[in-house]
This record gives sequence, C-alpha cells and structure tokens, in this order.
Amino acid sequence: MRINCPLCGARDLREFSYLGDARLADRPAADASAQDWQDYVYLRDNPAGPHAELWQHAQGCRAWLRVRRNTVTHEILSVERTR
Amino acid sequence: MRVETGGNRLNRDRAVRFTLNGVSRAGLAGDTLSAALLADGQVLQGRSFKYHRPRGPVTAGSEEPNALFTLGQGGAQMPNMRGTTQEIFDGLQAATQNHVGSLRHDAMAVNDLFSRFLSAGFYYKTFMWPRAFWERVYEPIIRAAAGLGALSGEDSVERYDRAWAHCDLLIIGSGPAGLMAALTAGRRGERVLLVEEDMRLGGRLDAESFAIGDDTGAVWAAGIAAELASLPNVRVMTRTTVTGAYDGGTYGAYERVGEHLGTIPDGAPRGCFWRIVAGRAILAGGAHERMIGFPNNDRPGIMQASAVRAYLHRYGVAPARRIAVFGNNDNAWRTVTDLQAAGVEVTALIDTRDGVTPTVDCPVYTGAQVVETRGRLGLRNLDVRDANGVHRVEAECLAVSGGWNPSVHLTCHMNGRPIWRDDIAAFVSVAGSVPNLQAIGAANGDFSTAAALRAGVEAGGGGEVPKAEDGPVNITPFWHVTGVKGRQWLDFQNDVTVKDVTLAHRENFRSVEHMKRYTTLGMATDQGKLSNVGGLAVLAELAGREIPDVGTTTFRPPYTPVPVAALAGRTARGQFQPHRLTPSDGLSRERNASFVEAGQWHRAAWFPEGEETTWKQSADREVGWVRNAVGVCDVTTLGKIDVQGPDAVRLLDLIYAGKMSTLKPGKVRYGLMLREDGLVMDDGTCARLGDDRYVITTTTAAAGEVMAHVEFCTQALHPEWQVSAVSVTDQWAQFAVAGPQSSALLQGLLGHELTDAEWPFMGCGPVQIGGVAGRLFRISFSGEMAYEIAVPARYGDALARELTARAQALGGGLYGMEALNILRVEKGFITHAEIDGRISADDLGMGRMVSPSKDCIGKVMSQRDGLHGPQRKQLVGLRAVGEGRLLSGAHLFDVGVEPAPDADWGHVSSACVSPSLGAIALGFVVNGRARHGEQIRALDLLRGNDVICEICDPVFMDPEGGRMRG
Repeated sequence: MRINCPLCGARDLREFSYLGDARLADRPAADASAQDWQDYVYLRDNPAGPHAELWQHAQGCRAWLRVRRNTVTHEILSVERTR
Repeated sequence: MRVETGGNRLNRDRAVRFTLNGVSRAGLAGDTLSAALLADGQVLQGRSFKYHRPRGPVTAGSEEPNALFTLGQGGAQMPNMRGTTQEIFDGLQAATQNHVGSLRHDAMAVNDLFSRFLSAGFYYKTFMWPRAFWERVYEPIIRAAAGLGALSGEDSVERYDRAWAHCDLLIIGSGPAGLMAALTAGRRGERVLLVEEDMRLGGRLDAESFAIGDDTGAVWAAGIAAELASLPNVRVMTRTTVTGAYDGGTYGAYERVGEHLGTIPDGAPRGCFWRIVAGRAILAGGAHERMIGFPNNDRPGIMQASAVRAYLHRYGVAPARRIAVFGNNDNAWRTVTDLQAAGVEVTALIDTRDGVTPTVDCPVYTGAQVVETRGRLGLRNLDVRDANGVHRVEAECLAVSGGWNPSVHLTCHMNGRPIWRDDIAAFVSVAGSVPNLQAIGAANGDFSTAAALRAGVEAGGGGEVPKAEDGPVNITPFWHVTGVKGRQWLDFQNDVTVKDVTLAHRENFRSVEHMKRYTTLGMATDQGKLSNVGGLAVLAELAGREIPDVGTTTFRPPYTPVPVAALAGRTARGQFQPHRLTPSDGLSRERNASFVEAGQWHRAAWFPEGEETTWKQSADREVGWVRNAVGVCDVTTLGKIDVQGPDAVRLLDLIYAGKMSTLKPGKVRYGLMLREDGLVMDDGTCARLGDDRYVITTTTAAAGEVMAHVEFCTQALHPEWQVSAVSVTDQWAQFAVAGPQSSALLQGLLGHELTDAEWPFMGCGPVQIGGVAGRLFRISFSGEMAYEIAVPARYGDALARELTARAQALGGGLYGMEALNILRVEKGFITHAEIDGRISADDLGMGRMVSPSKDCIGKVMSQRDGLHGPQRKQLVGLRAVGEGRLLSGAHLFDVGVEPAPDADWGHVSSACVSPSLGAIALGFVVNGRARHGEQIRALDLLRGNDVICEICDPVFMDPEGGRMRG
C-alpha cells in the first residue's frame, strides 16, 4: 500500500503509522456529556468501504494525515494534512 | 542424449564439472542441472514425496514438481532447488532428495506397495487412536518420513539483500509479448522495468523452431534484447521472478544474484528480494502446458511436450532415443517434426481427438489414449487404445500436451478469480483483478506467437508488428483416461491421484477448497501450477458440473518459493534492529560495563571493579557511591522534546495532568501525562528555559509514543496553536550527577559556586562547560542531592569522561541501570513497571496532580468512579519480613488464605535487594494505602518464591526529601 504524503510524495506503507478513525481529531469539550466522551474514546466506525482515518508519516516528515481509504480494496482516495 | 542440432543456450566448447550425490559429472556451459543429466542419459532425478516413486523432470521451467535437488552443503545448503532452472557451474554440489539408500534403490519405496492405505485423508483416519500415540509415536514417524528436502541445521553463511525499484511500467516476462511491450514502451521513453525469470530474454522463443520475420526466434529475441540494453530508460532484470502483486502497484520479486555462480563476488548477495513500485504493469508470463491423467503417467521420461522441445532447442538434448507424443491439440504435433528434424525417432503420435489428420510423418493414432505405461526406473513402453484395439508403442520418453494454462497467478493475488474460456479450455484473468495490471499474450490466452507480438505492441503503446506463426490451438479438452485400472497422477509433487480426488468427493469434500486441503492437491512448493486445473476438471466431472462452476482455489504469493532469508535481507541477528548507543558507550565499554537493551538503546547496567564477580556486588558499590559520595550516570536515553512558541504553555497544559502554565522560567516541574481514557501514559519533567521555550523529558520506553502524541495534539487537535515540538533526544547528551558530593563535583567543573539560592531544588538554567553551552537541571531520580547536566551530543563522550574522573577524585564514579533501579525503588519513584497501562493517577497516590482548574488529555475520563477509590489497586511499598527476597511478578495474597484468583489482592511491580534496607519492592494492592503495616504474602508459583512481607509507604528512603532538597 502506498500513501501520497502531501509533503514527501508517494511513500510505502512501512513509513506510516496508523491511529484510527479520523473522528479522533474532533475532541469533545471538557464540559461535553459523558456520552460524548464515551463515544469519542471508545466507539469507532468500522465500515467496509471508504473510511476517513488518521495516519502519521512517522518515518518521514512526521506529518499527521487525514487519509480516506477504501477498507475493502485498500485504495487511497485522498490524503491531506490535519493542519 | 545430446544431439547435433539445437542448443541455443549451449557453449559446446566449454565443459562444466559438477557433482551429483558426490559423484563427478559433466555438462556443457549453458545447461541446467536437469538438462545436463538428461544429456547424460539420466532421466531418473528424484523420488516422490509420499510413495517414493521414481521421478524425472516433467518440465523445463519453474513449474517443475519432480526434479528437486539439494544444493551446497553446511551453512550454504539449499533444499528443493529445481533442477530445471538451476544453471550448472564448475564445482556445483547437487544431491537428489527423498530417498533412503540410493536414488535407484530407495528403501522407502515400500510406501508405494501400501498406497491403498495412504490415500487422501489417511492421517485423519489412521492416527485417531490411541490418543496418547499421536505425540510420541505417530508424529515423530511422520515427521521423519515427510517433507521435501532438508536444511543442514547450521547457520546460513549466505548473505541476502532487500531493495526497492521504481518504474512507470513493469513488464513481467520477456517472451514475444513482453519483449514487444518493452521495446514499444521503451522507444516511447517510458521508464520500463523488464523482469525475466529465466537467465536470458525471449521466453519460449529459444525453445521453439519457428521464426519471427526472417530470423529464428532466438536470434530475433537477442536482437531485441540488444536494443533494450541500449535504451537508458529501460532496465532489464534476468533471473528475477515476480512473486507477488500487492496494493498500490507494489510487486515483490526475487532475484537470484549468485545462485548460478560458483563463487559469489565479494559483497554481492546470493539473492535479493525486490519491492517494485510500478505506475502500471504488464503480465506477459506465458502459459504452462498441462499434463493428462492416464495410468502410471508419472514414470521418468513422461513430460510436457513443450519441455521436450525446450530441451531439444535450448540444450540440444533429446530425453530419449525413441519418443512418442500424446496430445489433445494441434500444438502437440510440432513436437514430432522438431524431434525428427534433430534425428530423433518418433514412434507414435497419439491424439485424443477423432477425425483429425495430423501433418506428420510417423505412426499416428487418433481418437486414441494411453492406457498403460511400463518401466521401473524409466519409461520403456506404453499401451495405446483406439477404435481398433490396444497397441504397444516402444518409447523411453512420452511428450504430453493437455493444453495450456495461462499464467494467471499474479492477477489473483488481490482476491481476483479467473474466468473460464471454453475456446481454449483454460482460465484467464479478469481485467482489473489487480489495479493497473494487464495480462497479455499467452498469459491472457493468446497462444500464437503472432497474437503475442500484437498484444505486446498494443500494450506498449502501438506500432509495427513483426510477422510470425499464427496457428490456432484447436483444443478438445481431455483430462484423464477412464475405464482403466492404475493410478493416474494429477499432482506429482504431493502424490495426489485421480483416485484421491474421487475419494475426497465421495467423502463429501466437494468444495474445491475442501478437496484441496483433504487431498493436498496443489499445496506443494510448485503451488499446483501443473495440477490445479486437472484436479478441478476431475472434481467437476464427478459432481456433474462445469469447470467454471466448480471454481478455482486461491493463488497466493509467492509465485515461486522465496528463501525466508531473502525476506529478512540484512536485518538479521546483530542487524535485526538499529543499535542506539549512548554518548558514554565508548567509556562504558572501556570500563567493562555489562549492557542492557532498552528498546533500541544499549545502556550500561553495571561497571565491574576489582574482585567483583556478580552484578549485585557492582550495583551495591555503585549505590553506595551515590548515597555517600557522588555517582555519574548516562541518562541521554530519556526522551527530550524541545517545545517552543507563544502557545507552548497551552500545549503543556493540555498534555500534562498538572498545571504547567504556573511554572516560572528557570524552574522544572514533575509531570504526569494521561491517555484520553484517563489512565497514565507516561511521566517526566518539564523545564521552562525561557518565556516561550520548554524542554520536556519522557521515559526511555515511551519516548516515541509521547512524541507522536505531542505531534497529534499540535497538528490534529490544535493546528491553530503557534507551537512547535521537536525531538532532541539524540541532539543532547545528558548525565545525572547524584550524591552528597554532586555540588562539589559540578562547582569544580563549572568553576563557580552552585548556591541553593541560584540553583534551588527543581531549578534549571544555562551553563558554560569549558566554553560549551550546556544546560543544568537540579533534579533527582535517586533521592540524593543531584543534577542532570546536558551538552550537545558531540561533546557527550568528553563530558562523560570529565565527570567520571571528577567523581572518582571525590570517592565515587560511574553507575549503571542496576544501581539506578535500586536507588529509585528505595525512593518509590515509578517507571513503566508501575505505569503499565492499567494504572490511574489516583492509584499512584497522584490523584491531586490532575489539576482541577484546566482541561487536559484524559482529565474527563480520569474522573470516572471506576478509576479512583479504595476498590482500586494502589501503589504501596513492600518489605520482606525475615529471610527471602521479593520478585516482581509475584501476586499478593492474605497470609493463611488459600491462594486463588479471587483472593488475589495485587502484584509486585518492581523489586530489589537494597544494600541498606534489604528486600523491598513496589507493588499494587487493593485499597493499599489504608493497609500500611499489614502483612501480606507474595507468591510466585512460576519461580517457586513465597515470602511474607509488610505493606508500607512506597517511599522507603528519606520520605521528607531532605537529602535531595539540600
């Protein structure tokens, strides 16, 4: 699998580390409900198909990336930096 | 035997000497091992796996199931090497496999007599009872008897590499289709990588007699190869097999760099595993000729018709003096004329089809089948049945053509399934099975040379197509002979017969995947390249279904076997992972330190001196230095992160449980980091160097995780903050200077006083060390008056030596990880042995460090009821009562109570024998803080340790902290 890092170009999977569902970047406010926090910390979508995920180019530029990936075919649909 | 004509690959002037089973043999330069043996009249080249049947080569390529050899000896020994692809060289040592005694008289051939007891599934039926026999009796016997080839058991002396290659267009295979594709795309300027499994380009062009344009196939291929070599944008790799297709246009390939050489050039590997990244790829891997099932169709001398032609044209070898040909398609006829042109007698052409009129000049049987063969160690004659009865045909070799299977394997590596084409009676791939991979030529079912050339030109971008034969295949499927006795082999390597498939079907293993596993058809090292489709056809026939309805089994990488050592490349043994060495590594080695690995770091564990014989003696002395004089310890391995920017303080407040925004410049504060689920992630210090500048430390173990976490906070959670965080772990060498004499040591080094007023406990600031700008932190991980001093890493070695010399002058010296561990357990300081991912701040007695006046990572979740309170296991000290030592990992039970899981109060996390306090430990006990003074039993059933201890405060030494505060 290859991910097209916006800073470094297309690189092999081995250079990247995976965090999970891209919703992890949407951290609830400190006063959000217990349910919101529960959902944020523990609940992940696990779709068969396109999925927005967080990856880090750990062995490269260290950029955190928002990657849309088809979990069935491993096709990378889009890559952008989180900032 | 060698014939006068043919031999496209031979250098007839150069003899090559090699050994087989220790006996000296000769071949010609250019021969494969199997070709040289056939030229020498030896068709018998191995024994089969299960029945130890005599076997000879069936193919002339990598799909070979039978002619497997063990090459080399000792650490260079390689089993299961295919004689049909192994080039011979002077000094090659080869040995035949799978026999007890000589190849001609194999003691294990008795298995063949008992074959009716060894049919499919015999393991499952025979070895069911008595149960106790399985491990002690059956398995050792089966293991000794089973298996193809053997390793020497010695460490490999061969070197392997891994490498990457990149291209616009990867072309797999260099037959007419692949060559034309490479040439066309290469002329257009594409960055082409042409990969060929064989030792030279051309595919079957040098194995056939027909011409392309005015040249022979071999000459034409050589011409194209020369032009490709002249194109700077085309790279050609021979002796390289593409073994797998993966996501994102990535392909795996194994290059046999030195397998054909007697001496591998200095520094070169034996083989190299390539990862190839291609914009698009063309599969021009050709096709494999199928065999046909008939009784005793596995005798040496019975082989693919295409293999017979390959031996003739490539190596000038006829496998026998008299050869018969058996086929179900027009393609087989060519074998007759080619052999006759070389002066070889063809005793019969047997065609299964009725009503065809082969254009050959030899005895012809149409509508005919081979119904029996004879010959113990090699074919002698065979019986042919046609409408007129049964005829005996004398032949020592039978060339068989059951049709062709396009080499679709790579197109199936990403879950693609091939589809059946009735007109060629074969499976072909579905376009798009592997994104951007296109099968062309014979690999796509276009079997004629002209069609392959056309497909190559088209795939390469279009252009003129050379002229070549364009004969139709005209195949009528014929899989196996019926109504006869005798075993008909489908899978030669795993000894699977038509009868085995029939049995599997009868016992209801009717799904093709079940049949495969029950019979082991197609599960040998050749992955069923020769046998799969035949097996499917038999299953379809039994089930009364069509072949496409039965479906195929799954083709998986690798296409041909790849040495595991090649996948590892150089990342083995000492180079398994990078070694990170501390700045004091050289000094530590000079001082005979023993080392401990902490992740990739090598840290000095203790420094033996004088008469000391055990680590404990050294560690106790080093502890004494720190407690009574001064010790020096390399703490560079702790993670260091430089945090800068106007919003640095907001980041620190977010990642630390404590409030860092109140930290003043020139001060250091201990901090606890939580995970978002409220449990402790790591601990360390945060030093404020200036208004907008901090340096934080992490534990050695969690440095990488914390860095990624900090970057997640700055890039994903708060990209709007103006803050940057960079790891400077490797840029700064840092040493702990600890003990009552630490101030004296540093005052001598720095040349000025270190007063409590200027350098208070938890103070920090810049210092000049002999003209080098460094940093000094008054922090302690030992409980003593202590500092950590940091300099740019390039000065680390010099500083380590200087500090050590000064410590020695003050009655101290270097201390290592063992002493450090004792010192920190005595003080109740935690490491990842304590913060093991299950521990909350409250469990550590640090609940109040979670600041109530701000948000932080993990704060909300840490406030959940379940994460604090007396029902939790809390950090305690443990002190052995009486004799015995405590071991980390022991579990804690009430004294006098039967130890059981539900009576388990907790565990010991860190233990040591303190030179001054005896056996002590840190551990976790339910409601532990309220149980100080109680006795509890530390039980380690694995190591047989059982000690009564007293629960106490985790800080054993100097609980008020007077020593480190000064």
